[in-house]
Amino acid sequence: MPNLLQAATSQVGRKILTGLTGIFLVLFIIFHLGGNLAIFGEADAMNRYSLMLHDFGPLLWLARIGLLVVFVIHAWIGISIWFRKRKARPQKYEVYSSKGGPSKQSLSSRSMAFTGVVLLVFVVFHINTFALGDMDTVLIDGREAADVKSLVIDTFQSPVYAFSYAFVMLLLGTHLGHGVWSAFTSLGLTGKKASAMMYTIGGIMAIVLAIGFLFIPLYIYFGGGCEAALIQCA
Amino acid sequence: MSTMTINLKVWRQKNQNAQGSFQDYTLSDVSEHMSFLEMLDVLNEQLIKEDKDPVEFDYDCREGICGSCNMVINGRAHGPKRLTAACQLHMRNYSDGDTIVIEPPRAAAFPVIKDLVVDRSAFDRIIEAGGYVSVKTGAAPEANLIPVEQHTSNVAFDYATCIGCGACVAACPNSSASLFTGAKLAHLNSLPQGQPERKLRTLAMVEQMEKEGFGDCSNYAECEAVCPVGISIAAIAEMRKDYVKASFS
Ligand code: HEM
Ligand code: FES
Repeated sequence: MPNLLQAATSQVGRKILTGLTGIFLVLFIIFHLGGNLAIFGEADAMNRYSLMLHDFGPLLWLARIGLLVVFVIHAWIGISIWFRKRKARPQKYEVYSSKGGPSKQSLSSRSMAFTGVVLLVFVVFHINTFALGDMDTVLIDGREAADVKSLVIDTFQSPVYAFSYAFVMLLLGTHLGHGVWSAFTSLGLTGKKASAMMYTIGGIMAIVLAIGFLFIPLYIYFGGGCEAALIQCA
Repeated sequence: MSTMTINLKVWRQKNQNAQGSFQDYTLSDVSEHMSFLEMLDVLNEQLIKEDKDPVEFDYDCREGICGSCNMVINGRAHGPKRLTAACQLHMRNYSDGDTIVIEPPRAAAFPVIKDLVVDRSAFDRIIEAGGYVSVKTGAAPEANLIPVEQHTSNVAFDYATCIGCGACVAACPNSSASLFTGAKLAHLNSLPQGQPERKLRTLAMVEQMEKEGFGDCSNYAECEAVCPVGISIAAIAEMRKDYVKASFS
């Protein structure tokens, strides 16, 4: 019997890990989108939410470290699949095309490694901008809190930020178009009907998440930040 | 009877180490009733008459049951039709003046022996690793000694139809052998006779598949699309479940 590490790093184990970490990341971004949408709440809703997260203290750090580990495992395996695929077929086909039918080859499935690497680079910039960026402080219930909301609104006044964010979110949607269904298939989803249904649900989730995330920067940019109808500033 | 002119672009490679290249051939008078392999027979007759080396390609049964004839035709394993092996493909699927590109399955684990013939013994080694059921030899046992439910026997039979042609590997963008290995595992692991060796079989065949240098599965499902007997990627999902069970118990 293989030990846990051998099982996890075997070809089948790797695939199961991609699926598990992928689903975990999807759950995380759903949660993350929920937090982002607080920008449309009351004037201090977003900063209040941020303060609440910070109040978790060590638990927040535990979650961050867990997330980082999951993210690194996911990206590492994803990239290694790409390298292994190149090794497994050194001589390319002169002509190659899909036979259609049950095939799930699509722009989405064929670009997983590309969209994944863009997401990896994006996340580094993203953390630098919003987690490590310079923030003013505001008072919430008499306590000092970081003014995340103003940082977000200021950042997306820049067309470069607003449009590049929106573009990367399209790529996230592309990643998830194949990814959500694939993850469940990696974890053993079989039945024909269940699989077809999951493919549709995955597609809808990909579209909803992508639109949810890219709406915010574009709305702030075109709506003029605090001038915009849906955004209340203090 | 209508005949057509077919242009061929065929991969020619002298041996495993030689540098291969495409050669162009033109066949006039191809009958629409010919099978794809008969069309290649005509090409070879023509080459032999010209005192040239005929194109080497694999076949045995020519009726879709042996799995020898896997070749990549215009970018698709076994050609354009679903649920059809290259030997069952007919020239009526082509029109006068068409150009057909024929390549061997391309994968590091399937080295070219000559022209369109590849060495698929990597599959044999995956089977040797565990794709069998150990039984005592001697007189054939009573057929119904071990009861098998109808449903189980149907499922096992569906997976057992795999003819080991390697189209799944040929068509997979990652050159993964997951459909082949998954089908063989799902076949034996679903039958009562396969239970005693189930865990060892699963671990050993998965390990061998990786050792042979096949790529990972990315759930493209292209394998299911090209499989001449239509084996579903459910086989791969079953393999994953069995692998987890075998690793944790
Ligand atoms: C927000 C971030 C991300 C989410 C929500 C996400 C989600 C997913 C999901 C659900 C899957 C399907 C898993 C499976 O097929 O078993 C997947 C696959 C994949 N992900 Fe991600 N991912 C993210 C970031 C990344 C990053 C940063 C990379 C690479 C640098 C990456 C590379 C890949 C690759 C290559 C696959 C396909 C694996 C295969 O070929 O089977 N992903 N992702
Ligand atoms: S020659 Fe036997 S399957 Fe085609």
